[in-house]
Amino acid sequence: MAKFTTLESRLMPMPVDNIDTDQIIPARFLKTISKEGLDKQLFNDWRYDANGAPKPDFILNNPEWQGVAILLAGDNFGCGSSREHAPWALTQWGFRAIVSTSFADIFKNNALKNGLLPIEVSREVHAKLFDLVAKNPQATAKIDLATQTLTLPDGTKVEFPVDGFSKHCLLEGVDELGYILNQLPAIESYEAKTDSKFNTLQPA
Amino acid sequence: MPTPRTIIEKLWDTHVVAERDGAPSLLYIDLHLVHEVTSPQAFSGLRERGLKVRRPQNTFATTDHSTPTTPRSLPIVDPIAKAQVEQLEANCREFGIPYFGFQNPKQGIVHVIGPENGLTQPGMTVVCGDSHTATHGAFGALAFGIGTSEVEMVLATQCLLQRKSKTYQVKIDGTLRPGVTAKDIILALIAKIGVGGGTGAVFEFCGSAIRALTMEERMTVCNMSIEGGARAGLIAPDDATYQFLSGKPFAPKGADWEAAIARWKSLPTDDGATYDLSLSLDANALEPMITFGTNPGMGIPVSGRVPDPASMQDPIERDSLTKALKYMDLQPGKPLAGQPINVVFVGSCTNSRMSDLRAAASVLKGRKVNPKVRMMVVPGSMEIKRQAEAEGLDRIFRDSGADWREAGCSMCIAMNGDQLQPGEYSVSTSNRNFEGRQGKGGRTFLASPLTAAASAITGVVTDARTLAK
Repeated sequence: MAKFTTLESRLMPMPVDNIDTDQIIPARFLKTISKEGLDKQLFNDWRYDANGAPKPDFILNNPEWQGVAILLAGDNFGCGSSREHAPWALTQWGFRAIVSTSFADIFKNNALKNGLLPIEVSREVHAKLFDLVAKNPQATAKIDLATQTLTLPDGTKVEFPVDGFSKHCLLEGVDELGYILNQLPAIESYEAKTDSKFNTLQPA
Repeated sequence: MPTPRTIIEKLWDTHVVAERDGAPSLLYIDLHLVHEVTSPQAFSGLRERGLKVRRPQNTFATTDHSTPTTPRSLPIVDPIAKAQVEQLEANCREFGIPYFGFQNPKQGIVHVIGPENGLTQPGMTVVCGDSHTATHGAFGALAFGIGTSEVEMVLATQCLLQRKSKTYQVKIDGTLRPGVTAKDIILALIAKIGVGGGTGAVFEFCGSAIRALTMEERMTVCNMSIEGGARAGLIAPDDATYQFLSGKPFAPKGADWEAAIARWKSLPTDDGATYDLSLSLDANALEPMITFGTNPGMGIPVSGRVPDPASMQDPIERDSLTKALKYMDLQPGKPLAGQPINVVFVGSCTNSRMSDLRAAASVLKGRKVNPKVRMMVVPGSMEIKRQAEAEGLDRIFRDSGADWREAGCSMCIAMNGDQLQPGEYSVSTSNRNFEGRQGKGGRTFLASPLTAAASAITGVVTDARTLAK
């Protein structure tokens, strides 16, 4: 997994609550068997008109906002389906962090496994960030994962929560599957102890 | 005396494989369900690492999402969907995973076939790369959706790294009035707590109104836990659970069955156990529900009025409601009943089982679908399709002018060609009304099979209780 240590970037404002994974990447693009090229369909239906032309008023299409790595979104970001295509599309476009007041559980898990940092802030900080970005779209925020600090464009520092294990995995680029495979003896002894007769290969 | 525990804690405790300081617990998974959309990249990952599927005997696959609902004698027209379905088939063969494929007479929606075949059992942990895995919680299982990275982890190790969720008791007492269904219970709950209300929690649904539900109805309730923000929702097993499972192909038999029942009877929450969160709903007061907006929390009684953004305090909340009403092209303050519609969809892992089809048929019998409406009825599995045909339900649907199709997710997720056209309105028995969920530009009203069927007849959003007998 890609490591995450520090990041400085402008914040792309998307002041919409409950942005669901069907908006992040519509289901009809999930027929792929690969992970690649999903950035082209990121926010597809907000981004393109009926003829497939980019909508100039959608922020992702605005030349001023290219290369921004932090998305500033409304409450409960990533609700809906479990599709990991959502964080794949976001990271392929270039986002490395998303700031909101809250994240849907499955999206948060998926994001953390793809080097995409979900940063939860209070309602006050959230409102202030939208305000600061409106006043100066060029202003940048800084993220330091080791100290769990978000530095707002006005210099204010706020701490954000991240569980210790996810933090360690992001800082070190730890592969979670490798970590689980290292615990194979515990898995074997659990299986021996439970000795389940359940078998999907053969009806009972 | 041991500390009283909830069923959620009991399920957790029996599945912890290992715990290390500072790390999430390693949790064992009893049943891993796999479908074509969220698995191909996980199988590729296994191949890249040279890993096998650790427990094919705890894994089961089917194809449902990008699967056409046209007659099975026809080929899959969309080449990308065809490649995805064939990839799953190839992956199952290569890794030795049992599979109800496209042509299999037992194919169906993954959350329908699990219970139908007795694969889903009380006391299990169940995962699938699909957020509606919560459905299986109806059997007293801890069942939740996972991403593709986690699908790969479970395929390789049969385990996941997990943190304990909060416990959230949803107590629903009383008796549902005629015309009020399980779908209305869950839509009412989500309207109350919002789509983020259960974030970080597992719901336990309990109370007399929940006990009175059939297993199919319990699945409808648990299915939409995720729309309330909870990854899982469950109901303690009881006689209804055992009766449903008895004799199912993968359910234990003989002495194993007796032993299983004894084990399952220890699952319900102990007296005196406490929850992190709790909430009560009065079943007597519930109305048939319908959504008006672009998330499942935007729900009102079918006789209600569209809310006004002007009444909201929070600016982002106000803007989000304004955006939703603009997308839906609805006026604040107006009743939703009477709103013209174009399409009715009866199906999905929420409402595609026998009792759902019977409910829709009871309304349609002897009536015609409004000529302005296209109605599609999609059974949850090929088994349900056969049973419905044996009961003559297909005749009722066809005679009324509805389209009776083969099993799959269909217009719930609009990946298989079954979809709304831009601007069209549907009344749908599915679970999500997000922008474009049923087709780009499509507008969805979520409701029960009764409301959906009644609306199909009149051509406008209709409370089934107002139809003349």
